[in-house]
Amino acid sequence: MDAITLIEAVNLALASEMARDESILVFGEDVGLNGGVFRATDGLHAKFGDDRVMDTPLAEAMIAGLSVGLAAQGFKPVPEIQFMGFVFPAFNQIATAAARMRNRTRGRLSQPMTIRMPYGGGIHAPEHHSESTEALFAHIPGLKVVIPSNPTRAYGLLLAALRDPDPVLFLEPKRVYRLVKHEVEDNGEAFPLETCFIDREGDDITLVSWGAMMHETLLAATELEKDGVTVDVIDVATIAPMDMGTIFESVRKTGRLVIVQEAPRSGGIGSEIAAEVAEHEIMSLLAPIGRVAGYDTVMPYAKLEGQYMPSVERILEEARRILDFS
Amino acid sequence: MKTAASFEIGYQQYLDENAKPVNDLPAFARDEKSLMQMYADMQFLRVLDKRAVGMQRIGKMRTYPSSLGQEAVGIGAGGALNEDDVVIPYYRGTGMMLSHYIHAHEILLYWGGDERGTCYKDERAGQDFPIAVPIATQILHAAGVATAIKLRGEKRCVMTEIGEGGTSEGEFYEGLNVAGIWNLPMVTIVNNNQWAISVPSARQTKAQTYAQKALAAGVDCLQVDGNDIIAVRDAARQAVEKARNGGGPTLIEAICYRLGDHTTADDASRYHDPEVAKAAREREPVKRLGDYLLSLGNIKQKDLDAVEDAAKDKVEEEVALYFDQLENHPQKAADMFDYLYAELPEKTRPQREEAIRREGK
Repeated sequence: MDAITLIEAVNLALASEMARDESILVFGEDVGLNGGVFRATDGLHAKFGDDRVMDTPLAEAMIAGLSVGLAAQGFKPVPEIQFMGFVFPAFNQIATAAARMRNRTRGRLSQPMTIRMPYGGGIHAPEHHSESTEALFAHIPGLKVVIPSNPTRAYGLLLAALRDPDPVLFLEPKRVYRLVKHEVEDNGEAFPLETCFIDREGDDITLVSWGAMMHETLLAATELEKDGVTVDVIDVATIAPMDMGTIFESVRKTGRLVIVQEAPRSGGIGSEIAAEVAEHEIMSLLAPIGRVAGYDTVMPYAKLEGQYMPSVERILEEARRILDFS
Repeated sequence: MKTAASFEIGYQQYLDENAKPVNDLPAFARDEKSLMQMYADMQFLRVLDKRAVGMQRIGKMRTYPSSLGQEAVGIGAGGALNEDDVVIPYYRGTGMMLSHYIHAHEILLYWGGDERGTCYKDERAGQDFPIAVPIATQILHAAGVATAIKLRGEKRCVMTEIGEGGTSEGEFYEGLNVAGIWNLPMVTIVNNNQWAISVPSARQTKAQTYAQKALAAGVDCLQVDGNDIIAVRDAARQAVEKARNGGGPTLIEAICYRLGDHTTADDASRYHDPEVAKAAREREPVKRLGDYLLSLGNIKQKDLDAVEDAAKDKVEEEVALYFDQLENHPQKAADMFDYLYAELPEKTRPQREEAIRREGK
């Protein structure tokens, strides 16, 4: 078995499930012959043909709106939005149609679809190519938002998204697209959604993150372990709806929590986790809840990007503050 | 300079403003029975709208958009559909919805604030969409459904509707563009009732017609007299037939006049010119067809009155069903949660319990 990257794992899951489920349609800008600008759909057109892998006109709202119609007809659309920074024309369709179709028809029509898009910073891309706006979507009832952090999870979570009966936004941390390789067996086995992954177990502090920031978080955990601190590291993976049970359980054990997110600090997923833990587990806490996040600024262009991105150093600083609190 | 492209937009009318035929009528319109049915369908919509607005005034209905003066558009177009076609309605699509087996009491339920109004119990309406409120989003849904139909190689089509104001939205163009390039089985009706709430048509576009907006996408288009149901029906029948047989999309601009307010939440007297509105009332579609039917000689005023009375009775039956649902079988608090996802997330379950606990307290 060859080790593959996250982007190859996305491609593998798509090809694997498309062979099993003929209702899956992949479409978007440049996804056909070109195989997607990151090559997520490479080879799919050759394998599955014009009717199942379609290059669309360049219009994000149309791509999302088309998905709404196709899903209501029993197809399983898997549109690609080329970059999350360009999803906003499609936001209307996702929020006002896809997310609420099942509810507003009282279950008569449903919207099984997986809307894939690369997101996040760290590759020195042009403006609008680096934002982390996952919280905007996680806030909308009726949607699921799933973020893989490595190739293994990209394969298993994408299969789960493709099999889910409701609309799923599958956000791919593009900084990790080719960062690491895993041996991924094409076994057709999906991971459960709405379930955190526990990457490391310890007793002294809980570090929670998702997406690309899992890599810095794990590196920080390794540093902390050198000081004799043992760490629970949790990958949230499905940020909506979130599995709070795993996080509560960890906090009950460690009493200390630091949340790491690439997105701006205010009003994000980290805020929601902090609020939930404060509401339900405040008596388990030995220290305040710490957050390491992007600044509440416009995502800077390439030159200042490094200043913006939460680093291992920032995570360590916050973790040590929480560890030393009492 | 050479001409790279040129165009003309057809205008279709069978009955003029005085209800006199200006062209040979299509076959269906030479049958008095089918004309009487169209008259009855328009009367039903008119009576229903009047009743709904009346209910709103006494607190028995929420905000409601009447189709007054636009009955020939929705009824004319919707009546051209087959059972297995799909309707993607917008908020003033009552006529089209009624024409495709969506019940009046369901439409009343929706505007009465009850989600069950978009369940659509009739199987023939089972694939029809709920009413699109965000403007022009429905054009893309129609394109999606039409893509599904085309991919499956089915002989069916989709019909959707939008106001002339809605054609200013980007999603309108995006939908027509893909319908053109993919040759989708899709019929788009533009209800040009001259007003987008308070903004007149003259401030919506510099184009001479709304129909020609489709031309830029390579979509066949024409303009029809939207007060002449024969013209609307004829154009829609041809468009539906063409779409079902692989001929691709059509856009039909139907010109009429919104004789009422935008919705019950609006007061058109703030911006309507009463003289213009008065003149428009002379051209309205129910009167137009009624006058034509009377001119044929066999049908008398009492026959038309009987149609109106029958419509009133039928509307009362639907109103009774509406009240029965609202008053005797109201939705439960749990219904807010039970159709959100196929399975309610763990995190949301305590909220459902809370809503149930608080219900009726």
